[in-house]
Amino acid sequence: MDEFIQEFLIEGGEILDQLDRDFVEFEKNPNSKELVARIFRAIHTLKGTGGTIGLKKLESVNHVGENILSRMREGKLSVNASITSALLKMIDVDRQLLATVERTGEEGDMDLSGIIQSLNAILTAGEILVQNGIVPPNAVQDALQIQSENHDDSVTSNIRVDVNLLDKVMNLVGELVLARNQILQFTSNQKDAAFLSTAQRLNLITTELQEGVMKTRMQPIGNIWNKFPRVVRDLSNSSGKLVRLEMEGSQTELDKTIIEAIKDPLTHIVRNSLDHGLETPAQREAANKPPQGLLFLRAFHEGGQVNIEISDDGAGLDLNAIRAKAIERGILPSQQAAKMTDREIANLIFMAGFSTAQKITNISGRGVGMDVVKTNIEKIGGTVDVSSVRGHGTTLKIKIPLTLAIIPALIVTTGGDRFAIPQVSLVELVRLEGKAAESGVEMIQEAAVYRLRGTLLPIIYLNRELKLTRKADSDGDGAINIVVLQADGRQFGLVVDGINDTEEIVVKPLRKQLRGISCFAGATIMGDGKVALILDIVGLAQRASLAGESSGHVAAVAKEELAEGNEKRESWLLLRVGDSGKLAIPLSMVSRLEEFDRKTIESSGNRQVVQYRREIMPLVSVADALHIPAHAVREGPIQVVVHSTGSGSVGLVVDEILDIVDQHVSVARKIDNSCLLGSAVIQQHVTDLLNVPELITSIANEGRMA
Amino acid sequence: MSATQQQFCTFYIQSLLFGVEVETVQEVIRHLEMTGVPLAPEVVAGLINLRGQIVTAIDLRRRLGVAGRRAGELPMNVVVRTGDGAVSLLVDEIGDVVEVEEKDFEKAPDTLSSTSRELIRGVYKLKKELLLVLDTQRSVNISATAGNESH
Repeated sequence: MDEFIQEFLIEGGEILDQLDRDFVEFEKNPNSKELVARIFRAIHTLKGTGGTIGLKKLESVNHVGENILSRMREGKLSVNASITSALLKMIDVDRQLLATVERTGEEGDMDLSGIIQSLNAILTAGEILVQNGIVPPNAVQDALQIQSENHDDSVTSNIRVDVNLLDKVMNLVGELVLARNQILQFTSNQKDAAFLSTAQRLNLITTELQEGVMKTRMQPIGNIWNKFPRVVRDLSNSSGKLVRLEMEGSQTELDKTIIEAIKDPLTHIVRNSLDHGLETPAQREAANKPPQGLLFLRAFHEGGQVNIEISDDGAGLDLNAIRAKAIERGILPSQQAAKMTDREIANLIFMAGFSTAQKITNISGRGVGMDVVKTNIEKIGGTVDVSSVRGHGTTLKIKIPLTLAIIPALIVTTGGDRFAIPQVSLVELVRLEGKAAESGVEMIQEAAVYRLRGTLLPIIYLNRELKLTRKADSDGDGAINIVVLQADGRQFGLVVDGINDTEEIVVKPLRKQLRGISCFAGATIMGDGKVALILDIVGLAQRASLAGESSGHVAAVAKEELAEGNEKRESWLLLRVGDSGKLAIPLSMVSRLEEFDRKTIESSGNRQVVQYRREIMPLVSVADALHIPAHAVREGPIQVVVHSTGSGSVGLVVDEILDIVDQHVSVARKIDNSCLLGSAVIQQHVTDLLNVPELITSIANEGRMA
Repeated sequence: MSATQQQFCTFYIQSLLFGVEVETVQEVIRHLEMTGVPLAPEVVAGLINLRGQIVTAIDLRRRLGVAGRRAGELPMNVVVRTGDGAVSLLVDEIGDVVEVEEKDFEKAPDTLSSTSRELIRGVYKLKKELLLVLDTQRSVNISATAGNESH
């Protein structure tokens, strides 16, 4: 395609974007001479340049537009909503024309008679209706003045650069960063002062170059936001709502690829807020709010991430409706819905196929959208969260990384291999040594947990998840390293052999042979030239079935409630013995849950014992203690709840371990059995609460065992 | 080189002579240190750092279903270009570049195992030995989901 046309397409696109904003602004400030002049100039450029390079249709449409603007400048025509709409329509037509030219190289056979007619109608009507415009006649002179003053100031400070070239430079800088890392590793066993200082300089220059190149790819988020005034205007006009759009931090910069990735999600959120969030003026007045609603966009940098908030002062989310819908759609069972916090409920809007809008409009509410928003944001390593106060509005908070190409990562070792964990997922590091390492990680059946400041943290072992068979290069102290990670709004602990260091790594994608493995986000080259895999924390959590599923929600609810520090609540271990109903033991009485092979049970005196951690642990049958008819001896291992006291451990033999619940328990019924504290309703079932110390003493006194 | 002639880069796997078209070969290099990929299909030997580029290495022995290498036997890398970037094929030993004639070509015999038949496009009858033509595209065509990723 002709080089001139190419250039004009880019310039034209920018002019049209600017026109969108200017018109919306102009509607609010109809007296601004500067705006009239700017709009006139822009349309004039489109007409003039378009004509010069042979785009006749573009020329003819904008010619009429120019005439209208010219009348306005002369004060013979004053702006109103219908004129603005017609002119905005003209801009849409311009856009379509440019798109066709870009696609085919020609203007195509679009029918322009309709738009030209409606523009001409404004001209003739304007002549009759408006005698004295709001813009005084001398505006022409002023506008021309401004025009000549502003004309030259943006000429030399910018040049256009091909994005592909920037990408290539970025890749090369990535390579340079790797080479730098390699050189720095050599410096550790070099003594040559000249070499060391050269390496140091290389290090500094590379870092600066890296920052500089990153900056070239940075764009202000305003580039996307600029489209919103028009979107908001059109939507509020068509829906009869009054909306004020406010933006803060539009200069906040993001990597180009990320800007592109969040464009659609952001637009969707804005449309959604307008359509579902904000109410009509009548509804707002009835609710004692000003008739004009507020849509507020805010962006800022924080902790190496970009935060974007979209809030409205509308009706807020109807949590009850969401809850009801979730149950109706079978997304979650009703008991579970009852236990979820408001925040959890609100975040259900991100689930697929979810829309509570009473009526489906052409703007949104088709049940697709918010889930796509979430997926798209998560795809670029971001998170999205919604909070809402009924009657006062809704706020969406999006957190996204600054860039995707070079990221800080924590390097860990497991099974002799190194893995990189993106720093954004990292919460904290916990190291258990000595005694703590032996008993710190507790088992609930198959699932390992660690009590992190009173909260149960699910634990997964990296070597088991990755099926690594090689043993760790153990440093002999038996310490456990737990990397606490955040994925999909949930925390979990990842046990690794060793924690090395944090490093800036260059992310490289995996080839298709390996792309199906959800645990890896890519690979990188380490300072010593070897390849290391980058862990995909969300994928890893999903593989270990921690995140995403509905059971995960329950765990999160339990966790959140714990985090609230509600002292009345306690964790209970639910179990079953014989044909009895459910039994519960306070989790604080439980040291570990174990399985023993029946063959390992030995007798000592008249007691049954097992060897457990270099101790002889007596076994107590809960069934016998409660005089519940025990099941016939079954095959397979026995389930044992280990209760440790100062004088040693006792194993309580039960038939089945069911669950751990976290709730406030009120003892509903006292029972005349000292081994029971009473019974209570847990998870809608009557459950007997075991008095563990009493049970053990009674067994000891009776001299009876399992 | 006439139209009926074709050049092949050859290598050995368990004393069998294989060849790939010279044009598809990017380079041949000695053994490089590899990083294993957990959960990957067995035929993926690991990832290598080829001058800053991360390349997947596929063990042709495992791909062809023949016995694995003994400890201490280091494979060589034949890096081939594929539709999805460079891939390294791990082979036992590198042979010469040979020129073959169209008339010496024959289809692979039906008695080969099904994996081998899938990967061997045909045979050139050289004077001393047989040259098996490897289908590179099929050799590197493995998806991770087909491996042991599923629980």
